[in-house]
Amino acid sequence: MAVYSTNEFRSGLKIMLDNDPCAIIENEFVKPGKGQAFNRVKIRNLKTGRVIERTFKSGESLEGADVMDVEMQYLYNDGDYRHFMDQNTFEQYQADAKVVGDAGLWLKDQDMCTVTLWNDAPLAVTPGNFVELEIVETDPGVRGDTSGGGGKPARLSTGAVVRVPLFVAQNEVIKVDTRTGEYISRVKE
Amino acid sequence: MLQRIRVFFVERNVLEVETPLLSHASGTDPQLAFFTSNYETPPHSQLLFLQTSPEFAMKRLLAAGSGSIFQICKAFRNGEAGRFHNPEFTILEWYRVDFDLAELMNEVELLFDILFDGRLKKPQRISYQNVFEQFTGLNALVFSFEDYSAFAKREHLSDAISICGENHALWLDFLFSFCVQPHLGKNELCLVYGYPACQSSLARLNAKNPLITERVEVFINGIELGNGFHELSDAEEQNRRFDAEIEIRKQNNLPKVEKDKRLLAALKNGLPDCSGIALGLDRILMVLANSQTIADVLSFDISHA
Repeated sequence: MAVYSTNEFRSGLKIMLDNDPCAIIENEFVKPGKGQAFNRVKIRNLKTGRVIERTFKSGESLEGADVMDVEMQYLYNDGDYRHFMDQNTFEQYQADAKVVGDAGLWLKDQDMCTVTLWNDAPLAVTPGNFVELEIVETDPGVRGDTSGGGGKPARLSTGAVVRVPLFVAQNEVIKVDTRTGEYISRVKE
Repeated sequence: MLQRIRVFFVERNVLEVETPLLSHASGTDPQLAFFTSNYETPPHSQLLFLQTSPEFAMKRLLAAGSGSIFQICKAFRNGEAGRFHNPEFTILEWYRVDFDLAELMNEVELLFDILFDGRLKKPQRISYQNVFEQFTGLNALVFSFEDYSAFAKREHLSDAISICGENHALWLDFLFSFCVQPHLGKNELCLVYGYPACQSSLARLNAKNPLITERVEVFINGIELGNGFHELSDAEEQNRRFDAEIEIRKQNNLPKVEKDKRLLAALKNGLPDCSGIALGLDRILMVLANSQTIADVLSFDISHA
């Protein structure tokens, strides 16, 4: 694997730190006029999602991490594992609940999502920014209410619960922003 | 800004000078990297260095009897690029004959008052030792690995321990950069003086306390804007410091540099008692314009040059 110097640390670069794969978020060059140069680096641990700040002497280097984001189709959940397929290679991958995390709340069979592979094994799953899901349980709709003020909880087919406007009814399909978990609109079949 | 600076110095009878950007020699500071260029006069080829500051050439003029002088010029530092750094930048450097450091600081305050139209709060002056203790509780002049490490751990800066080890100067760079400097000069000019001796190669030692030097640094809003000295005029002492730095460069496998023998000869000939300071004009523009990055105040930064 390639080795990267602090000069090459750019947002998005994947490196190994303390044996974990990490992504660089931000890299600031700090140097007193008459002193040692440092790099203050914000790093996301891709295993835990935690963001940490570390300092390096400028010119130090870290090993790159074999991490790739691959578009895959979500196939099904067998109870223990969720299964994904790379539609270019038709290769299938399985990921347990720890890897899938909250993304599981938004995954519908056949939907496309991003699977992050580390050394060819799934490390994390990111759903599309917007997903369309059916409401399986919510209080009856209130006609005439179009304002959306207040709202009510609705359970979706994947198990996620989102707040929807009062006029939205059971069995309707809605569009949700997976980054915020917020209702966007109804989807006409 | 340039206009105001020139008027300021002309009114004080300080002569504007211009010195070469290319030189046969360079500074020896292990913390500065150089741009080099080849001067081709076939069959000869000579390695020339782009200056990291006009200091040496200006000191040669002082030794030749120029009197007080100032210069606005480009300086070059290899490998330095970031929010506050561009490898090519603009320096204002001036030297005042018969000024001690306190008198030089007075003049710096006057200049900033003019450049900022009196918009800054009253300037602050504080010694390195005091400001270091204020923000870290540590003694900057006496190194204690245990105390320094314990502080770094408390501040979640444990990286300092492996980076700095037993190197006092490195610890000071680290802790000052991350724990002290960001707090200096909130909307005011902050002058920090009396740097530890391990932190300055061209300043005089303090007559009363050999642990500190006659060096001052200038900050506004946590940004380092300049660095000045009561200049070292002892040629032998200067030669010793050059050799020590060349030795450090060798140990760290840094590029070989040429010691400036012409500067040493000039010092031997006699540098008048003087104080001098260099200010980064791009960074002063940043503060004036409230810019977040140096690229905002340059026509084209290094990635677009």
